[in-house]
Amino acid sequence: MPPIVAAPSGVTVVKVAGASKRFVIRKEKSLKERLVNMGRSRAHKDDFWALRDIDLEIHSGSTVGLIGPNGSGKSTLLKLIGGILQPTSGTVEHRGRLAALLELGAGFHPDLTGRENVYLNASILGLSRKQTSQFFDQIVAFSGIEPFIDTQVKFYSSGMYVRLAFAVSVHVDPDVLLVDEVLAVGDEPFQRKCMDRIRQFQAEGRTIILVTHGLDAVADLCDRAVVLEHGQIVLDGDPVDALRHLRADFEAMRQDDIDSQRDEAPQEIAQARVTGVSVTDPGGEPVTVIVPGAGLLVNVDVAVDGQVTDPVLGISIDSMLGQVVFGINTRLMGLRLDPMTGRSRHTFRLDDVRLGEGQYTIHAAIARDGGVELNRMLNGASLSVHSKGQSVGFLNVDTEFLSDQPRIRVD
Amino acid sequence: MTTQKDLRNERLAAEPLVPAGPVSGFVGGTADSVRGVWRYRELLDLLVKRELKSRYKDSALGFLWSLIRPLTQLLIYYIAIGQFLGAARSIPDFAIYIFTGLTAWGLFSDIISTGTGSIVANGGLVKKIYLPREVFPLSVIGSAIFNFVIQLVILVIAAILASEPPSLLGWGYVLLGTILLLIYATAAAFLLSAINVYLRDVQYLVEVALMVGFWLSPIVYAWSFVHDALHSDLLNNLYLANPVTLAVLAFQRGLWVAGAGVPQPTDLGLRIVIAVAIGLPILWLCQRVFARLQSNFAQEL
Repeated sequence: MPPIVAAPSGVTVVKVAGASKRFVIRKEKSLKERLVNMGRSRAHKDDFWALRDIDLEIHSGSTVGLIGPNGSGKSTLLKLIGGILQPTSGTVEHRGRLAALLELGAGFHPDLTGRENVYLNASILGLSRKQTSQFFDQIVAFSGIEPFIDTQVKFYSSGMYVRLAFAVSVHVDPDVLLVDEVLAVGDEPFQRKCMDRIRQFQAEGRTIILVTHGLDAVADLCDRAVVLEHGQIVLDGDPVDALRHLRADFEAMRQDDIDSQRDEAPQEIAQARVTGVSVTDPGGEPVTVIVPGAGLLVNVDVAVDGQVTDPVLGISIDSMLGQVVFGINTRLMGLRLDPMTGRSRHTFRLDDVRLGEGQYTIHAAIARDGGVELNRMLNGASLSVHSKGQSVGFLNVDTEFLSDQPRIRVD
Repeated sequence: MTTQKDLRNERLAAEPLVPAGPVSGFVGGTADSVRGVWRYRELLDLLVKRELKSRYKDSALGFLWSLIRPLTQLLIYYIAIGQFLGAARSIPDFAIYIFTGLTAWGLFSDIISTGTGSIVANGGLVKKIYLPREVFPLSVIGSAIFNFVIQLVILVIAAILASEPPSLLGWGYVLLGTILLLIYATAAAFLLSAINVYLRDVQYLVEVALMVGFWLSPIVYAWSFVHDALHSDLLNNLYLANPVTLAVLAFQRGLWVAGAGVPQPTDLGLRIVIAVAIGLPILWLCQRVFARLQSNFAQEL
């Protein structure tokens, strides 16, 4: 489990009170169209509430993830906080120095050299020329593109571009950093560098507000998550709860998709549901707590309405944040199942489950025709693993310590 | 680490909560707008340099191009209007006369034509980050002034070669004229750049209006021609109410030394002072309209 730091009772740095944002979607833009349609202009306008009555207070030192499906208003909320958009009603206030890391390199000019762009971009982000000169070497070192710093940026590869932009952004000294979908940039070593820098920011007590679709990043970095749906806050709290809520929502959305597909071709595709998942010990007794290395039976109950050809059944053991720790299905096991009808129970026998200490959930899914998913039951069963507390992580491996120096006494 | 955190908390606690984005009050926001631009003056400087550097980057002649255009214009007007149509016969030092007008007009039209598109051209930045949006039209003014100064230097050299250097009073007129041009051009750039975000037709409209505007001022013809053609005082005063006309006349009085004996409108200085006095509230009004409209820039781009 990532270390979840309890939010220190800091000062309010961002205060959003009753903020709403309405977009008017006009269908024409030119003078002619507007004049022609003046009398009927109502018909050519659409109101769209991107946000409705948002109340949010963010304390200094916290890292908050704004998450939600596409079009839920999370980016709009971030722009309100950043002052880029003005709320239609309500107020947005902030305290301290605010820097926005919204879409890297927005302030870059292709005809200028890297050096000139560093100064320009830093200035856009609110750094003075003197400060930029002071940080310049660090910025270039961080970006790792020294040889090209005096080349025009239009000759840069997209990776170099983004590296330089990110390097500038992280050297601005903000109290509040707004980040919009920019963490997944560059190659892996650079990404790690970025993550390290964000953790350093956290340690320095800076506030980070993050909009992302990368739920793992939220689980990894945030100590608070706000779930937005249709412009409203539906959940505000622990990232673990928020992610579970959001994943369940995504699952429901996916299920709707499957259902609508089925409506289009009702006679061909059978209804199938995973009706239950249960966990027992090898003897058939239900268990909720195991020790590392125990054996397990995972029973999956399926109800099929019609016939499912070439069915595939799968299970997975997930962490509380929804990451798959272990997953397997019948196709991966090289099995072909006969067509399935009616109600049935299927069992996966897992020998030697070497999970680390923690809480896990088990989910199961059924697919047709060798992989087209029909139904999935999230959080079908839960499982705790109690170990002696000698290790951390998802795996528990028997370990012995050997050394060619005199052994340290065990106390 | 903890101390750094605590220090930051302490410092933040002492700071007041401020509203995100620009202060919206129509009158009260003025000081805030000025403060915002002042805080970003270094950026303004960099934007001007960006504008200048990128304009003729990768071209062999570079900055010479910004001179070739007005010099070509000069040549065309000198030959077509001066020699073929015969305007040069009644206007001494006709080339200098035209170039004086072109220099003044160039400053004005440069600011307005580039300024109108400045917000849309920087849409990427406007949508991504909050900074006082006034810097974009203002940065255009900076690069226009740069071109203007180069032309002015050439003009003065030419004037000295042709007859004699401009007098101190002449320089006073040039300064007044420049101030007048800047006030009205800035006001127009604010207003038009903001409206252009909502209505893209504006930039084409501006092109046409500038074309008309060029002929509304005595740049390639003499003011006396107009004076003789318009027999009513009202029409004459109306013609002279145009601030660009006043500025062009002021430039000519200052730099076109050979034209000292040519008839000039009376009370030019007073007229300019009045135009400046009217222009300042207009500039303020346009900036306030800009400030009002800018709250929706990000969503309209």
